[in-house]
Amino acid sequence: MIRWLLLALGGALLGGIVHLATIIILPHTATQDAYARLARSVPVNTVAPLPEPTAESAPMPFMDPAFASAVCRYDLSQGPLKLSVPVSLAYTSVSFYTRYDVAYYAINDRAAGRRVIELDLMTVEQHNQMPEDEEITAADRLIVESPTLTGLIAIRALAPEPGLMPMAKSAIANARCVRADEPKPSR
Amino acid sequence: MRLLLGSLFALVVAAVVGLGATYLALTRGAAFGPLTIGSWTAWPKTGTADADPYVRASIARIGRLPTALGDGVAFTASADDNGRPLDGRCDVVLAGVTPAARFWTLTLYNADGELVANSIKRSGFTSQEIVRHADGSFEIVVAPRANPSNWLPTGGVERYVLLLRLYDTAVGVSTKAGREVPMPSVNVRSCP
Repeated sequence: MIRWLLLALGGALLGGIVHLATIIILPHTATQDAYARLARSVPVNTVAPLPEPTAESAPMPFMDPAFASAVCRYDLSQGPLKLSVPVSLAYTSVSFYTRYDVAYYAINDRAAGRRVIELDLMTVEQHNQMPEDEEITAADRLIVESPTLTGLIAIRALAPEPGLMPMAKSAIANARCVRADEPKPSR
Repeated sequence: MRLLLGSLFALVVAAVVGLGATYLALTRGAAFGPLTIGSWTAWPKTGTADADPYVRASIARIGRLPTALGDGVAFTASADDNGRPLDGRCDVVLAGVTPAARFWTLTLYNADGELVANSIKRSGFTSQEIVRHADGSFEIVVAPRANPSNWLPTGGVERYVLLLRLYDTAVGVSTKAGREVPMPSVNVRSCP
């Protein structure tokens, strides 16, 4: 009897390890996480508007229907990215997510304090490789360091009333995310 | 033989305990550091790089993008102030004020995080759409049938959750539940 109790105790301890291991591994094996869902429909290193969530279909669960949203699925392996988002009338925010959907940075229009939110996105290594004098000339640009090579940038503009949704959408439509070494596309 | 049976038994116990605990943690939404005010719960750390492994796992399982803390904080209510699960066939009244924020939105989802179909195509309110009392407080009626004032239709679904998202707010990781963060009360007015 004591032997089986000990075995059960040992099994429970092992179960604790199984539990922790599955919790930690799960994000790396999930096939339906937000990044995986969007990876199927969204091109890389460009801003793609997301359809409005409706009762029938939504790009992902728990989206806020009061917002017009777009995503830029980024891949920094070829170099840093430049992001520019014009600010809409009500409220605009830009949130950065890693490949595993962890939000590591976000900025809104008030924090940016300008009519256009402009950011440079790069990995820690790319930031370290930046020549120092260039960093001084680029001091007025905000630099965001991505912990992973790939990830998502969510660009969202609030429509305080449903009638203002077209305005929020048009603000988002002018957002750009391009490779830093590419010439700027003419607007 | 006894050794084989014994180790098999221990492994089965390990699998049941381990996977069972994982399943429970993910379906119950367990995470560290919840901020609970009345019926409303938020996990401000969910929107930061400090998100704990439980949060990361549940985000991956649901497939959503969490509200980043620099953007705002999302409060969830799935039960009323008496702890009863929210039922779309009942009239539920939200009353009170919200913590200071530049904007907030209130949205109704089913348990899977999908919007609920209804006749007036309304799935939520923003802070600008609300009709308020003279003192700034408001009342929102979440009900299957049309109601005067701020009516949020439930479409008659059995279970739903409400998300109150505060955008550009001081509420965050260091916030403690108290008088400075008032949240609306959630009470059932009538149930068929």
